[in-house]
Amino acid sequence: MSILPVVGGVLMGLSAGGVLLMTGHLPGVSGLLAGIVGPDRREFGWRLAFVIGLVAGGATLAAAYPAAIPATIIPWPRAIAAGILVGIGARVAGGCTSGHGLLGVGRLSWRSMVATMTFMAAGMIAVAIGRHWIGGL
Amino acid sequence: MKSVKPAGMIAAFVGGAGFAIGLGVSGALQPKVIQGFLDVGGAWDPTLLVMFGSALVTFGALQQVARRMRRPVLADRFAWPAQRPIDAPLVGGSALFGVGWGLAGVCPGPALTAALWNGSVAVFTVVLVATIAVVDRVVGKLDVEDSCG
Repeated sequence: MSILPVVGGVLMGLSAGGVLLMTGHLPGVSGLLAGIVGPDRREFGWRLAFVIGLVAGGATLAAAYPAAIPATIIPWPRAIAAGILVGIGARVAGGCTSGHGLLGVGRLSWRSMVATMTFMAAGMIAVAIGRHWIGGL
Repeated sequence: MKSVKPAGMIAAFVGGAGFAIGLGVSGALQPKVIQGFLDVGGAWDPTLLVMFGSALVTFGALQQVARRMRRPVLADRFAWPAQRPIDAPLVGGSALFGVGWGLAGVCPGPALTAALWNGSVAVFTVVLVATIAVVDRVVGKLDVEDSCG
């Protein structure tokens, strides 16, 4: 198996940890977005910087490692439905794959472990139904 | 209210870029990789698990260092999340999130990273951001301070 997921994962851990050590904030992307477009924008500066960084990272990948950029076209009804579910779900749960899955679990938070197991189970059920029952996913 | 110094903004930018590149290098920007990990009843792809495990160990170590520091390097204070109970919104919200994640194979971080290079991911991203903007105004008192507490 390729070592790339390990390399990528370590880089992600270093990046998130670096942001914490430098800024004192945990970069959970859904909460971060809420702090830019929501009503509470008291500290949107570092959040906006992180998001611009994500896009810059994407640009770097597009230039230097384009195989990393997804070519899959998600059918737009699915993309819209998913965007709504992910948006509502992440805000109501107070975190997403980065916020709960990486940062919360990384902090040994019971809350985040429950959240992570729940969204993984839900995702597994969705894919099972979409691929092996209804089909087409 | 601002606690992060200007140099901290640069650190956040660098962190975002590194996070995105890490996502890309590990393959996690690919919906097929995400759905492959979630496809426990089919051809299972462990890539995401390997990436997550590596990221967790690395972040976990740095987080242990941060806990022992009085203050961050380029800011006035740590924004540790408040302790919150395991409640219905946590579980219900996570379930909704998981269904959406499984449907599209995309979540917020990879979406922002790849949106400018994939039109369907861009659609997801625009809808995601709009949804967050609405939800945070309709549902009161949602914490933007990384509520992974």
